[in-house]
Parts: sequence; C-alpha cells; structure tokens
Amino acid sequence: MTEFIQMIIDALSLGSLYALGALGIALIFGVIRLVNFAHGDTIAFCVFALLWPSIDAAAIVFAGNLPTILLIPLILLLGAGLSVLSEIIVFRRFRSANPATMMIASFALGFVIRYFLLMLYSSRPKSINLWANLSEPIDLYGARVPLLQIVTVAITLGILGLLTLFLKRSRYGLEMRAAAENFTMARMLGVRANRVIMLAFALSGMLAAATGLIVVTQTGTVDIQMGASLMLIAFIATVIGGLGSLTGAVIAAYLIGAASVLMQVVLPLDARPFRDAFVYGAVILTLIWRPNGLFVPRSAKQRV
Amino acid sequence: MTLLTVDGISVSYGKLTALRGASISVKEGESLFVTGPNGAGKSTLLKAIAGVVALRAGTITLTGTTIDGKSPEDIARLGFSMVPEGRDVFGSLTIDENLRIGIGMRADKDAAHRDLETVYSVFPMLAGRKHKPAGVLSGGQQQMLVIGRALMAKPKLIAIDEPSLGLAPKVIDDVYATLLKLRDAQGLTLLIVEQSSARAMLTGGRMVLMRSGEVVLEGDARQLARGNALQKAYFGYGDH
Repeated sequence: MTEFIQMIIDALSLGSLYALGALGIALIFGVIRLVNFAHGDTIAFCVFALLWPSIDAAAIVFAGNLPTILLIPLILLLGAGLSVLSEIIVFRRFRSANPATMMIASFALGFVIRYFLLMLYSSRPKSINLWANLSEPIDLYGARVPLLQIVTVAITLGILGLLTLFLKRSRYGLEMRAAAENFTMARMLGVRANRVIMLAFALSGMLAAATGLIVVTQTGTVDIQMGASLMLIAFIATVIGGLGSLTGAVIAAYLIGAASVLMQVVLPLDARPFRDAFVYGAVILTLIWRPNGLFVPRSAKQRV
Repeated sequence: MTLLTVDGISVSYGKLTALRGASISVKEGESLFVTGPNGAGKSTLLKAIAGVVALRAGTITLTGTTIDGKSPEDIARLGFSMVPEGRDVFGSLTIDENLRIGIGMRADKDAAHRDLETVYSVFPMLAGRKHKPAGVLSGGQQQMLVIGRALMAKPKLIAIDEPSLGLAPKVIDDVYATLLKLRDAQGLTLLIVEQSSARAMLTGGRMVLMRSGEVVLEGDARQLARGNALQKAYFGYGDH
C-alpha cells in the first residue's frame, strides 16, 4: 500500500513537470503553429538567472537569495520577458513562413540562448540549494514522500486551474481560443494578432520559469543542458496529446509520467536501465494507433 | 454617400492572377450583389477588402479612409465585417462566445450587450443553446450564427461570401429572409457574393458580374437576373 501511494505521488509529480513543459509548447503552437524548440533553453535561462554570472565552479547565488515572495515573480517575469523578446526579435519575422522554417528558427534561437549562458557561466554544472526545507519527507498514509513532490503537484494543479480560468473566463482568453482555432477569422472580428501572440509567448515564458524553478529545486543542479531533455519529453507529450490541444498535452504529459514510473517498478531489474526505450516504444505504439494524437483539436480537422 | 470604393485592384497568388483591375463601389444602405463563375475572383475580392490578401495594384477606401495595406483587425475596426465562405464558426467555442468576440473592439460595451440581446431575439434557436459548442449546429444554423457574429461587430458594411453554400434550398430561403429583414430593420449595407444570380431577385439593389478577375457587367439586380445579358456575360461574348 505505501509503495502504491509512493508510486502515485511519483507519477503525479513527474507528470506535473512534463505537463508544465508541454503546456508551454502547446500554447504557442495553438496560436501560431510554431513548435518552439527554444522553450527548453528558456527554462535553463530562468534557472541560470538565480546565479550571478561567473565561470567559477562554485555558484554565486544571486537572485536565488531573494525572499520567495520576490523571487518567484521576478523569475516568472524574466521568463515572460525573454519569451516575448524572442517573439518580437525573431519569430515575428517568420510569421508567414512555413512551419519548418519557423521550427529551424526556434532551434537556432535555442542555441543562441544556450551559448549565451555558456559564455557567462561556463559549461560546468553548478549546485544551488533552493527551498531546502521542501526536500524533507512527510508522512502520507505510511508512505514517506518528499514535501517537494506534493508541492510540485499542488502548484501544477494551481497553474492549470488559473490557466483554465483565464482561457475560459477572460476576454483575452476568449480571443486566444478563437485565434487558436482560426486566426484569420479572429482577426477579421477585430482580434489583434500581435497582442494575442505576445500574450501566448508571455504565458509560455512564465510556464518555462515555473518549470525551471521546480526542476532546480528537485535536482539542486544548474546545468546548461537541463532544459533540453525536458523539452524533448514535453514536445512528445504535445504530439501524443494532439498538437494544438492544451488538454491533450496535459493528459499526455501525465500519461508519460505515469508510464515512466510504472516501467521503473514493473520492468525486470535487468531491463530497468533501458526504461526510456520502453517509454518511447509506447510512444511509437500510441502514434501508430492514433497518428494525430489522442485529442485532435478542431482547428486541425479538415474544414468543409 | 459611398461607403466602399474598390478601385482597379489586382491580386495574384504566385503566378496565378486572381484579380486584374477590379473596381466596385457600395453606397450606404444599398445591397450589392456580386456574381460570376467559379474562379472569377469574387472571394478574392472580399479577402482583399478584408485585408487578408495583399494587393498588387489599386486602392480600397472605406468611409474615406484608405484601407489597403492595413491589417484585418484594423479594417474590422473601421467597420468592415466579413462572413467568409464556409462560414468559419469557432466550433469549439460556445455560441455565446462566438457572438461575443466582435464586442472586443467596440467602445460602447453597453450598446454591445443590448445588441447581443437583439441578435438572440432575431435568432431564437441560438438563444436556447447559448452555451453549447457552435460545432454542434447545423449548416443553416451556423450561417445564422456567423451573420449574428458579424452584426455584433456593429459594422458599417457586411460582406457575405456564398451564404447559400452547402445549404438546402429551404434553408437558403430562411437565410435570405433573415438577411433582408435585418437589412430593412437596421439599415445594413450588404455586399453579397454568390455564384448563382438567382437570389439577386430577392435582394434587389445593384448587381455586378465578375469574370476572370474583372468586373464585366453592372446594373440593376432584378433586371439583370431576369434578362439574358447576364447569361451572355457569364459565359463570355464568344471571345474565346
């Protein structure tokens, strides 16, 4: 029983992390059909901002020393800022380009951000201890779970709730949903394209910041590569969920999280090091079964 | 007063020329019926006015303001409301949300909410299903919804592309009856594009015929729809 609870919590917290990453990609894809591969590097950028630029092995904590109440808004703002700047400086020029061109541009932008960080901080991973008290285990029906896992799940659910409320209840949310379904029609009804797109980038940037803060708190390591692997899984989640479907992206992210944790438990000991092969195998099977993903958004369906 | 002037516009899609020097004008309060065979450039004409496709030559003015080169959202704000071919309802949004999108650009929010009530009273079948996704509506109902949606933007001019596309004859009659009722009650200015000229008998007003990206004939809608000048122009004057 305790093992089962442990597993559930593991799956939920891993899935939460993937879900935040996947949402950051799905939000932008929904509006301008761009798969933003720079998202992972935006995550890394937000985490590096906790440190003072220095190529020394020892990390000099900078923004990370701020009180939580200032730190979180600052990092969120930074993520939103970088993301909006990417839109204005880079992606805006490619708006009428084909999706492949935009994707290549996002790869390039990702490398620019990554090498910018490399210049300032060197490639050595650094350690930082953020919210140390969160790593203490708590007792949950006999299972001992790190408080951080519970907090991760709670924060993610909170973010999902707020985002849903924003999309469903606010004027801007309505405009974003309309634009995601049919951008041209939305514009012909007076929806301002630039505003909606910048808003999507700002939200995505904030999600990147939140993702980064959670990862760094979990791992205690700041690494130039940290965004890349998360980005890959998040991207896979958006594809499995059905590109453009936010709900799909979130559900697929939790499914991948659950699959990873489940494989870790049920696979024979010898096969466990190859867990990811099994997870990605399941991804292939899912895509063979449903090539367009689990949830096909209306905007992707053929219009008559 | 002339509301819209389209003066000698040309539009190309790559090497394909869709419009070559087409000109039309619409006066306040009138209905202009644009007809012509498939590929004549009728839809492109509307898209050019809406700012969705770029012009290669010519100018477009709406209430004295030059609008060519402006963004679709700015043109919508100047009072041009478009009902595109195939209707383009936002299927995942509710009926109510579809209608409310156009309110965003209006300064008179109170009047906008009164207009919403008006739209619901004109289309009672929409009122009963406000919070259903618009995708569940039938083709005819969707056509009514997009007309209502266009009205919510409080336009000076409504352009409708192929309102009868894919609808049963009885439903087409309903759509036109509603359109004409709205025109007479609210003093709307209409620009209707149809491949078939039959409905021009209902709308009256002026009619233009387009062929190969040009306006080739213009006159009184009912007269043209009745006579055979239209057929001649439609199929060409034996010039090829």
